[in-house]
Amino acid sequence: MNIPEQLRYTADHEWIRVEGTIGWIGITDHAQSELGDIVYVDIPAGLERIERGKSFGTIEAVKTVADLYAPCTGKVLEVNPLVSSSPEIINRDCYGDGWILKVELESPAELNELMDAAAYRRHIGAPAS
Amino acid sequence: MQRTRFYHLHQRLGAKLVPFAGFEMPLHYRNGILAEHLAVRTRVGMFDVSHMGEFEIRGRQALDLVQYLTVNDASKLTPGKAQYSAMCTDTGGIVDDLLVYRLGEDSFMLVVNGACEQKDWQWVASHATAFDVTIENVSQQINLLAVQGPQSLATLQPLTDMDLAELAYYSFIAGELAGVPMIISRTGYTGELGFELYFRGEEPIAERVWNAIMESGAPHGIEPAGLGARDTLRLEKGYCLYGNDIDETTSPLEAGLGWITKLQKGEFIGRTALLEQKERGLERKLVGFVVESERFIPRHGYAIVQDGRIVGNVTSGSISPSLGVPIGMGYVPLALAEPGTRFEIVAGTRSSSAHVVKLPFYPPPSSASPAA
Repeated sequence: MNIPEQLRYTADHEWIRVEGTIGWIGITDHAQSELGDIVYVDIPAGLERIERGKSFGTIEAVKTVADLYAPCTGKVLEVNPLVSSSPEIINRDCYGDGWILKVELESPAELNELMDAAAYRRHIGAPAS
Repeated sequence: MQRTRFYHLHQRLGAKLVPFAGFEMPLHYRNGILAEHLAVRTRVGMFDVSHMGEFEIRGRQALDLVQYLTVNDASKLTPGKAQYSAMCTDTGGIVDDLLVYRLGEDSFMLVVNGACEQKDWQWVASHATAFDVTIENVSQQINLLAVQGPQSLATLQPLTDMDLAELAYYSFIAGELAGVPMIISRTGYTGELGFELYFRGEEPIAERVWNAIMESGAPHGIEPAGLGARDTLRLEKGYCLYGNDIDETTSPLEAGLGWITKLQKGEFIGRTALLEQKERGLERKLVGFVVESERFIPRHGYAIVQDGRIVGNVTSGSISPSLGVPIGMGYVPLALAEPGTRFEIVAGTRSSSAHVVKLPFYPPPSSASPAA
């Protein structure tokens, strides 16, 4: 199970990567593996702002549907056009080209409430690396 | 939790194993449901469906019991033929859908859903006492593999002396394949050319058969396929799944299974209720529909809504891997069952419009196709 050290994680299996006040958000390797083949990512058109802990869209896989929860509060800068046109990119590269949202953080202190890689590893019961 | 004799193979192949019908079964392998689905549509795939139940009925009144228990006309079967059928309750609800194999003049095999095996066995046993038959539940002994897809014949033929090309749809033969005695039937749940293999034996036998088929199928691009692809494949063909589309609250007439319900064959359980339902006229019907907006897949339990009123419920839904659109089935009032009828599919705050289409979804109707 791939759990990059430099990311922060939610209990709902989203990750966030932060550079300055800009964050990239996606779902974890564990999440994409549990979902299986992802066929649609549905982000409401015109989504301007996300709020920590609130749902900001859904992911449809062949067998199931899952809500996406915001790891932070912030202004939406971009929805990755690649996950709209080729959602399977999330199965192939969930931490790279399969990112979902780019946001500007409103309160970077929120990040302290998220899990680091070791905590997330314990959260999903994955063996220690 | 039970395991089939292919369990360790599934593990070695990296299957995602999930509980199903009391068994740990493969949902999919490493390549995922979509790849497995397309492998079966275009090449060949192999499914372990050993969770299914098998009952043998033998004796002077074997045919009489099968006729009494099931809705199709088993007297039409000659030894070596099988038919799709269902067992109903007194009120015409479906106890289970099943395959009936006529093994000999006075012997039959019923193949039932894994999730219904114990219920069905009690049902069959409770009615068998009135007939001169012996019944045996051989579910635990039988391994069942389904080899499905256009290359299934080319995959299996080199492993047996039996002439599989000569085997007609819903026919079966007994013989050896990969050196193991078995029944091979030209049946399946995918709508493709395909075969189902029933055989006995412990894990080494099971693995020998599996490995021989994988090796023989390798040049044809065979892939192991799991229950996920089995579900999307059957849904594209409009085949019912017990527990989703049919159960004891639905009748075979409502479910579009009138074609297997032979009301004139003589007495059987549920006949009176079904005759009444037919004379009264159906109130609802199972239909197929295509969801019109992207990014919304209908799922079992979602509401079917028209003019703000819930008029039915989704019984099965998925993306169609072959067609690339979301498809589903559900019960709607007869007035809304005509192809082209539009309604909404609603899940909480999300919804999409949908329209009724004629089943099967796949292959799609084409004006270019020659008349049959």
